Amino acid sequence: MKPQTSSQAGTFESSDVIFLIEPLPEKSGRKIELFSTVLHQYGESFKKTVVEMLDQYEMTDVHLIARDKGALEPTIKARLETAIKRSLGIHEGTVI
Amino acid sequence: MKKFKKRRSMLYIPGNNPAMIQQGGVYGADSVLLDLEDSVALNQKDSARILVRNMIKSIDFYDTEVCVRVNHLSTPFGLADLEEIVPLQPSAIRYPKTESAEEVGNLLQIIEKIEDRHGLQHTTMTVHAMIETAMGVQNVFEIASKFTRIDAITVGGQDLTADMNIIYTPDGAGIDFARKRIVMAAKASHIDILDTVFPDVNDEEGLRRETEYAKKIGFTGKAVINPRQIDIIHEVFTPTEEEIRKAYRIVKEFRANAAAGIGVFAIDGKMIDAPVVHRAEYILKLANIEIAQN
Amino acid sequence: MLNSLGREIPEFIQGIGTLEPFQGAWTKLRKGWMDEPTIPAPNKAYLPHQNKLCNSLEEAIERSGPHNGMTVSFHHHLRNGDIILVKTLAILHNMGIRDITLASSSLIECHDPIFPFLCDGTITRIYSSGIRSQLGRAIAMGALDIPVVIQSHGGRVRGIHTGKVQIDLAVIAASAADCEGNATGASGKSAFGSIGYAVIDVRYAKQVVVVTDNLVDYPCIPLSITQNFIDHVVVVDSIGDATKIATGTTRITNSPMDLRIAKLAAEVIENSGFFVPGFSFQVGAGGASLAVAKFIREKMKTRDIKGSFLLGGITSYCVDMLNDGLFETIFDVQSFDATVSNSLLNNRRHIEIPAALYANPFNCGCITNKLDVVVLGALEIDVDFNVNVITGSEGYVRGASGGHSDTASGAKLTVVACPSFRGRIPIIKKRVHTVVTPGETVHVLVTERGIAVNPAFKELEENLRKAGLNIKDIHDLEIEVDKITGVPDPLEYTDKIVGVVEYRDGTVIDVIHQLLEKSDYKLY
Repeated sequence: MKPQTSSQAGTFESSDVIFLIEPLPEKSGRKIELFSTVLHQYGESFKKTVVEMLDQYEMTDVHLIARDKGALEPTIKARLETAIKRSLGIHEGTVI
Repeated sequence: MKKFKKRRSMLYIPGNNPAMIQQGGVYGADSVLLDLEDSVALNQKDSARILVRNMIKSIDFYDTEVCVRVNHLSTPFGLADLEEIVPLQPSAIRYPKTESAEEVGNLLQIIEKIEDRHGLQHTTMTVHAMIETAMGVQNVFEIASKFTRIDAITVGGQDLTADMNIIYTPDGAGIDFARKRIVMAAKASHIDILDTVFPDVNDEEGLRRETEYAKKIGFTGKAVINPRQIDIIHEVFTPTEEEIRKAYRIVKEFRANAAAGIGVFAIDGKMIDAPVVHRAEYILKLANIEIAQN
Repeated sequence: MLNSLGREIPEFIQGIGTLEPFQGAWTKLRKGWMDEPTIPAPNKAYLPHQNKLCNSLEEAIERSGPHNGMTVSFHHHLRNGDIILVKTLAILHNMGIRDITLASSSLIECHDPIFPFLCDGTITRIYSSGIRSQLGRAIAMGALDIPVVIQSHGGRVRGIHTGKVQIDLAVIAASAADCEGNATGASGKSAFGSIGYAVIDVRYAKQVVVVTDNLVDYPCIPLSITQNFIDHVVVVDSIGDATKIATGTTRITNSPMDLRIAKLAAEVIENSGFFVPGFSFQVGAGGASLAVAKFIREKMKTRDIKGSFLLGGITSYCVDMLNDGLFETIFDVQSFDATVSNSLLNNRRHIEIPAALYANPFNCGCITNKLDVVVLGALEIDVDFNVNVITGSEGYVRGASGGHSDTASGAKLTVVACPSFRGRIPIIKKRVHTVVTPGETVHVLVTERGIAVNPAFKELEENLRKAGLNIKDIHDLEIEVDKITGVPDPLEYTDKIVGVVEYRDGTVIDVIHQLLEKSDYKLY
């Protein structure tokens, strides 16, 4: 799916992560930037989580920035899912 | 028989706060309330809903009962909350600003439809009704008694005073009638009844006083906004050693007498009948003491 | 060579000398006398009516004969409010002195300004109990060629009187002093309480300068530091900010998590079998452990138990307990709160003690040996109960050995209280990165997700189980936490040794390797 708009989800708080998604022109591919307080211990697993979810939503042309302060896996997934859905405009039941 | 749940404390956790949710089970609260309603900003409702869903799925809350407060169905969020949370079957759904039995009936229908779609029973998850409007207080007995799926009601002090157009005072004068009326409705329906939060986290004495009052007028527990409040609330609602000893004696002797076909008897000159025994059994449950049937 | 914990220790390190591997917490002490001789303390002479007062710190340092390769020592009683250490080293730097060995009883965030001196050859060696912040990062990344030596408070005293650390100049900040150098930390506008760590420096340093911002009429009492060891006295505008003592690890916590862990730790103590009339008690620095005193105080009142003495880092909580009559005596080697000074000054049962009496293993018995219960923190703990309080999960040096291993070795019940994970990183490991305190001296670990008892102490486990506490096998707890956080990838290190961790008896319990260059950003 193609992101319609830029979107953001999460916070800068400890144990949380904030994602920023920007649509890129077709065939640009993915650019993933990760800032993390636990980059060396969890960077690879973080990247894997992100790539899997982008694959799941078939999101190929996207610039994604993540700033992580030690979020656990379910939090990472929740924030990314929220950002993706917001970028796709499928965030029912929310006032944006 | 309904499973006995201790509900001395219920810890409020904002649904969009992962740091607090991931620690929800470690503070020793009897139950936690993951909140999608008032503690979540209007533009973060989707975010909190997805986060709470993921956390319930993967975080161990140990012995702590997990409840989720959804948004009212009259808001744009209520239905989406139910669609996301009901399939996870937390211990209970808490419904805010409940005003009538009809409203509860409508809510239960929606919940059951979602459960049917997911092949889930209608009997596992319960529903708590929050009474926080004047209308809710007036209709509380119907709300509490009409549906067996409601197994607790709670009073929301801040919203109620706002609805009554009065100022919330620390002595609780404005909500005293509501408290007692709601307690009576719960007692008449044999369900749990939880008191509203005590907002000043640093006032330990005030918390203890208010909790003691709540216990005295019949509440089974109290909502908590900071984990630091849990211990005091547990201390108040946990029976004293003397109470436990007495309860133990009552239940023991009642069983022995019942076996011999005697219904009413006396201990130290005081008559012991069914309601007294019932209360003694409740005290022992709170104290985690079991007496074998024989 | 491997030490008894299986840690690889080199036999010799240039600039430090021959290393002796750790062989067990009490193995070396068992003989009852030590092979290491006590080096002679300097003998000095002073004529009557000579004047010790100098016009400036510069003059005092000038008079003390600074030279390349010298060793300069400090105490850290002002903790994060200290300004004398940085000032002194800046003066030495300006004088062109190089190759200095810095021997401070600890280093804290406020000492970050000396970082350039590590890079330009002014400071080439460090002996300290702790290193944190920018300095800790720099050390971990290999800023010094010669590894730093981490010592416990007791071990530092041993190191000085056995000549492993030979001090040329001790600069002693005091909140009150007289013209002869009698000095104390217990009074004055910058009062910081006990000056216990400095006592050994004063005795053994070739030159001693007392620096004060409060020159009082002769004599300055109490005589925490005495004039017979003092060469020079300097009056400055300020020795630092005593209100900054209680920051970071020495501040009483309000965090619900720390309070929860503290409450569980107090329940462990209450049911351990050691919570009896006449018990002695210490809490270490760190959020959760400090807070245990709060709960113990309540339990002592409820159960009408009166203790013997409180030891160590003394907070206002400890003073309250003394005043409530819950304990008979306070032995104060370090005050974690400037307000403690009043009690130290006015209550004769609140006694200032030097570090040697507190924790030195090489004497006829330090007070830590009389300790019943101690509560300590941890940066990491492993399934063998070995504790790391020096290197953080990110690989930097960011803690202090302090009295951790000293008290653990002496106490009948050593409780380590810490969260099971911090910022996603598990605290319970299969193997800690750096051992400071050996597991054989740790009895029980208390976390918010369960309590683990060292299997060597069966009776303790039995007592705690009977009390209905949430006891888990430490291996299970480790796995449980890994499931929540995910298993972290290990950090990467080079072969270069940047730190040597001495056990209190002078043997080497572990070494710290240089951390590979790392960042917190990656583009995929």
